[in-house]
Amino acid sequence: MSDLTLNTPAAASPEAVSRSAPLSQVGLLGWARANLFSGWLNTAVTLVLAYLLIRWIVGFAEWGIVNAIWSVPDNQTQACRDLKGTGACWAVIAEKHRFILFGTYPFEEHWRPALCVLLFIGLYVVSAMRRFWRPVLGLIWAVVLTLIGVLMWGGVAGLSYVPQERWGGLVITLILATFGLAFAFPLAILVALGRRSKLPAIKALCVLYVELIRGVPLISLLFMASVMFPLFLPEGMNIDKLLRAQIAIILFAGAYLAEVVRGGLQALPKGQYEAADALGLSYWQKTGFIILPQALRMVIPPLVNTFIGFFKDTSLVLIIGIFDLLTAGKTAIIEPAWQGFGIEVYITVGAIYFVFCFAMSKYSQNLEAELNRHRRR
Amino acid sequence: MSDSTIDPRSLRTPPRRPLRLSWSDERVRGIVWQVLVVGLVGSIVWWLWSNTVHNLEVRRIATGFGFLTREAGLPIAEHVIDYSPTDTYFRALMVGLLNTLKVAIVGIILATILGTLIGIARLSKNWLLAKLAAVYVEVIRDLPLLLQLLFWYAILQGLPGPRQAIHPMEGVFLSNRGLKLPWIEWQDGHSYALLMLILGAVATWLYRRQALARQMRDGRPRPVWPVGLGLTLGLPLVVWAAAGAPWTVDWPALRGFNFQGGLNVSPEYFALLLGLVLYTAGFIAEIVRAGIQAVALGQWEAAQALGLRSGQVLKLIVLPQALRVIIPPMTSQYLNITKNSSLAVAIGYQDIVSIANTTLNQTGQAIEGIAIIMLVYLTISLSISLFMNWYNARIALVER
Repeated sequence: MSDLTLNTPAAASPEAVSRSAPLSQVGLLGWARANLFSGWLNTAVTLVLAYLLIRWIVGFAEWGIVNAIWSVPDNQTQACRDLKGTGACWAVIAEKHRFILFGTYPFEEHWRPALCVLLFIGLYVVSAMRRFWRPVLGLIWAVVLTLIGVLMWGGVAGLSYVPQERWGGLVITLILATFGLAFAFPLAILVALGRRSKLPAIKALCVLYVELIRGVPLISLLFMASVMFPLFLPEGMNIDKLLRAQIAIILFAGAYLAEVVRGGLQALPKGQYEAADALGLSYWQKTGFIILPQALRMVIPPLVNTFIGFFKDTSLVLIIGIFDLLTAGKTAIIEPAWQGFGIEVYITVGAIYFVFCFAMSKYSQNLEAELNRHRRR
Repeated sequence: MSDSTIDPRSLRTPPRRPLRLSWSDERVRGIVWQVLVVGLVGSIVWWLWSNTVHNLEVRRIATGFGFLTREAGLPIAEHVIDYSPTDTYFRALMVGLLNTLKVAIVGIILATILGTLIGIARLSKNWLLAKLAAVYVEVIRDLPLLLQLLFWYAILQGLPGPRQAIHPMEGVFLSNRGLKLPWIEWQDGHSYALLMLILGAVATWLYRRQALARQMRDGRPRPVWPVGLGLTLGLPLVVWAAAGAPWTVDWPALRGFNFQGGLNVSPEYFALLLGLVLYTAGFIAEIVRAGIQAVALGQWEAAQALGLRSGQVLKLIVLPQALRVIIPPMTSQYLNITKNSSLAVAIGYQDIVSIANTTLNQTGQAIEGIAIIMLVYLTISLSISLFMNWYNARIALVER
């Protein structure tokens, strides 16, 4: 618009000045001009950011690669300390990676938790494939989770028995997240249905549960599980700490997932409910065959996002002293020889969490695009 | 219709049938289900409760909040109000609550600013800026908050000691003892000025309401900005000058092995605030981006076609629509910051959870300790939701 008004007098005047050819809009140069250097402000921002980025990358490479020490002979960390923070001490990972991944599980049996981790990953991959979104998926979950229990505990088929107190590391994180999900999800569906129910007493119970749990931090539930739970049970009855934390996580995740599921139930057009009623279906037939399959499909992306949050939240069990991945990482640097190398350990542990969460997040984005394909023009 | 004596509602709802004692009556089924579920939940709760009462008797733990008036004897490094270990548990818990609020409120403000900037940066036409913002959001959201807190705390602890403190500008020192900043010495004049600032803000709000009401009547816009500026900035300045313009800056300085004077930000508070703000900003950025993108392009163009200036377009057309999308998820992020501040216990910042936990370990009053934590968070959560719901209702689309 403004270009037109500016150019008109020049074009109309008899002594029309010759103009240079228009700037290239295609190719690498054209792209850079349009996206990086389209004005003086834009150019300044690009240059400053590029400078900071390059400085930061060079600094990190110097610290993490050039000046880094990759291994030290038997716990002689003096070489690392002499760097005085100018280089990373990856030797701590070389020395402690088994401990970080598997905790205090017997050393020669480490293949068992390692196999469990692979089984978990396989389970996630299978669950992510749409061709397995059938009732058989429930069976697969039951079989794999049983197999994992057998592998971890042992005591059958020639495997030595390993008490739960010695489990630790990545596999605990995966157990808390996966079992938590497996139990929280059905609970969430029931609670979400209850909150939409016409029966006042059931509705009130569900609202109370969801709002109470969502109003308090997970830590307070974990504290409750670790200090108050033993008081709740009759004398002589004891539940081990991991299971208590697991119950707290299930109750916590159940409330959050219930709200997501409720969103799906509300988003479903009313006609679907009325059509099911008109067909004369009972409440459970209507819910199982008509409502839930559509409502759940609608909320898959937010469900996956909740799963990600929930996977990260399992790290909170550190506070009540359960040996998950983060606790194992924190404990690995308690030994005096390795004190002060927290940054290296946290970067490594963070990378493991990142791989899992990033995979879920990308999957959720792809799925969202795929499920919304019919809406795009 | 209006002179008809029959209530139109009675035509729509079928007359109430008498209750039949049969399984095929929906209402009977409903009552049976409710009795069953409530009975089941009630009996589980009763069972747990009776176990608890029995266990408490066996362990000779007296229930009740009597311990609150006993001497706490627990040292607290950071306190907003005066506190010493000889004070009561109640006061210790109050200190913890104020510490929680201190980190939550500052965190909410900083995370909102940073998150909004990053969210706008993601929509920038500058490719590099947009990509960097996207990478930031993706990475920060895929790492557990607790890990990030431990990471920042490890970095702060790895800083040099006070003698070799990082000293980027006059009066600012960053060392393993935390961050030192210059601060003004607080005097009465400052309190009066602060009071005037609050009064000025209230007066501006009242004036704006009246100005808008008058504009609605005669269509002439009234100047709000100059008056508001005069009330909120001019008034405190005049009062401050009248009080003798007190102005003494308290510079931190190295004496012996530690710093004296200035404002001290402890490493624990700093790490917690840094972690909370960086983490939540990632989520807020996504909310802001979604909110801005939710306003259709046609709205911008239509506003420009009406001849509004770009500031007016943003203020009158785009923001009111974007805020409607932004406010509800933003509420839950504010609640998350408050609840996540409880992770302070992992890095040794003494918030309400940390102090209640120490209290219940010292006194053995597990139920009361956890009840206090839950009560505090439920109160904070409910107040934030109530406020945000009120705000949301104010800006919501008024429909028929």
